[in-house]
Amino acid sequence: MLDIKNLHVTADGKAILKGLDLTIRVGEMHAIMGPNGSGKSTLAYVLAGRDGYEVTDGSVVFDGHNLLELAPEERAREGIFLAFQYPVEIPGVGSNSFLKAAVNAVRKHRGLPELDAMEFLKLIREKRDQLGVAEEMLKRSLNVGFSGGEKKRAEVLQMSLLEPRLAILDETDSGLDIDALKIVAKGINALRSPERAMLMITHYQRLLDYVSPDFVHVLSDGRIAESGGKELALKLEREGYAGHRRPRREHAAAPAE
Amino acid sequence: MASVPNTIETVRAVAGDKYKYGFVTDIETETAPKGLNEDTIRFISDKKAEPEWLLEWRLRAYRSWTQMAEPNWAKIGHPPIDYQDAYYYSAPKVKDGPKSLEEIDPELLRTYEKLGIPLREQERLAGVAVDAVFDSVSVATTFRKKLEEYGVIFCSISDAVQKHPELVRKYLGSVVPYSDNFFATLNSAVFTDGSFAYIPEGVRCPMELSTYFRINAAQTGQFERTLIIAERGSSVSYLEGCTAPMRDENQLHAAVVELVALDDAEIKYSTVQNWYPGDEHGRGGIYNFVTKRGACRGRNSKISWTQVETGSAITWKYPSCILQGDNSVGKFYSIAITNNYQQADTGTKMIHIGKNTRSTIISKGISAGKAQNTYRGLVRILPGAANARNHTQCDSLLIGDKCGAHTVPYIESRNRSARVEHEATTSKISEDQLFYCRQRGLSAEDSVSLIVNGFCKDVLQELPMEFAVEAQKLVSISLEGSVG
Repeated sequence: MLDIKNLHVTADGKAILKGLDLTIRVGEMHAIMGPNGSGKSTLAYVLAGRDGYEVTDGSVVFDGHNLLELAPEERAREGIFLAFQYPVEIPGVGSNSFLKAAVNAVRKHRGLPELDAMEFLKLIREKRDQLGVAEEMLKRSLNVGFSGGEKKRAEVLQMSLLEPRLAILDETDSGLDIDALKIVAKGINALRSPERAMLMITHYQRLLDYVSPDFVHVLSDGRIAESGGKELALKLEREGYAGHRRPRREHAAAPAE
Repeated sequence: MASVPNTIETVRAVAGDKYKYGFVTDIETETAPKGLNEDTIRFISDKKAEPEWLLEWRLRAYRSWTQMAEPNWAKIGHPPIDYQDAYYYSAPKVKDGPKSLEEIDPELLRTYEKLGIPLREQERLAGVAVDAVFDSVSVATTFRKKLEEYGVIFCSISDAVQKHPELVRKYLGSVVPYSDNFFATLNSAVFTDGSFAYIPEGVRCPMELSTYFRINAAQTGQFERTLIIAERGSSVSYLEGCTAPMRDENQLHAAVVELVALDDAEIKYSTVQNWYPGDEHGRGGIYNFVTKRGACRGRNSKISWTQVETGSAITWKYPSCILQGDNSVGKFYSIAITNNYQQADTGTKMIHIGKNTRSTIISKGISAGKAQNTYRGLVRILPGAANARNHTQCDSLLIGDKCGAHTVPYIESRNRSARVEHEATTSKISEDQLFYCRQRGLSAEDSVSLIVNGFCKDVLQELPMEFAVEAQKLVSISLEGSVG
């Protein structure tokens, strides 16, 4: 489904990804771990199509499309979803109306009839209950006043509404306590399916206790340095990234998220 | 208030249509000779069979006007206006007054249909009385019968001069005196039509009153005069929405609106303005230089202005409230959008005179393209205005980096017990917000619309329902081409 070959990415003139290769097949759950500054979020943003990154070499093919040629909204409609590490607030925009607009944009692209207000309300009620997201919360403006945990849960709620083909989770576990983490993990697991693939970007292996990956990769110095199964994550937890960390030098700071 | 269906929103389904109303009606018009002098005034007054006192009033205004200089303190620029190079009266030819719709020029009716005003279909207009002003003459007034039951008078001002001269004479110029300012004075001399509404004591007007305008004949400026009087204990909601055909020459729109609210009365005046804004290069477009003022004469009276200004090449207006009566309340909610080369210098004046008066100002200015958008507001608290309260929230949003947003607040307080709060923000649409929306499948333009509508939410929710939908669409359209 997703085939990344020799991806080189620069930001602000500094090279961040230096020849990254990664293949993800439908139904698979991949985890990418790595030290700070290794380019994990950069990978997520480049896949989602954010401005500010220049692809200087390599290719990304998604479901047969040249992903790098598509605009962010086109990628979203093709089924790419990015759960942000720091979801932005949009004052004045009701969460419910935003979600409805997003759901309908994707449905329209897929040739499905758009949902009206009643149908959408029904849909969101189901999903909301599953994730323990309070109705109250969704009445507020998008992400405004949400705690860190609430923001992450809202991201997973959106994911479940949009039913993506490829879900990229950017440090979804950061800032969560154990209880919040369990809920989010439950939500993620509920979305695993043979029709879907997931890419979890994570710093700690904690999330992987609850969401078991099929493949674990270590991203270091702009490339995948090592790949393995779940045991690799445990090894990293024990040994740290030392083996993968290059001597300290200037890294390109990932642009503000 | 009776609930009203979305007549106007079906009418103005401008979503997806660039500027739909770019057409001109070819009807014989009876026009005054070009230029402006005392004869022009007499011509107008004579055509309308006006009483002597009104002609005199006009002439006094005209003579004042000849002594006045055009003001230029606002943050707007335009080529000089040649006041002699225009026609001040243009009316469609009608034999006698139309007794029924069948007598009206079918071309005219077709014009209304294009604009979506189904004069013929009373069902569609259920609940909204429309006083359709075509150029300088009001053609038909719908729903007069229903309003008559309640004793509400809603007609063209020309009709009011004929049928209710004592009311007009009592209130005309009482809120905006004929010598008030250059454009109001010009209006007083040459106004040709507008709306008149009188709500009798204790009556809550059963439907929202509404007016449509069109500027048709070349170089005929629109000088509308509107007068609304709410007797004690009464209330009314008035909607003003404008469209104009595409023109190349600039057209001056110098209207005057006067509102009078007596004891315990309430007037809500909403405007959605969509005049031709000029093309992407700043050519053409309407000049909207309007004087709007509401007098809260009575105790506990309330006047609120809600405006969504998206059109016009230049918008220059300060709908204001004079808070004379004790406990009176004035409100101003505004969204002003400027794109391409549009300019706006708009805001409000809240004059606190009585005791315990309150005013609320929420202004949302959005600037895109190469436009300039200025908020200019005055909060003046006179010595007798004990316990006056004002809250002003004035937010600017910039889209792109070639536009400008400016805020010029004036606060003059001469009473120690008064409290005035002013908050202002200026922001740009953040890349993060845009990207977030796009990552969820929304196009760049839809994302901007969504964010901007969110920005304007506080004002949009003050609009009567039917206008709110149209306003949201207008907001989206007026920002087309600003993304990137």
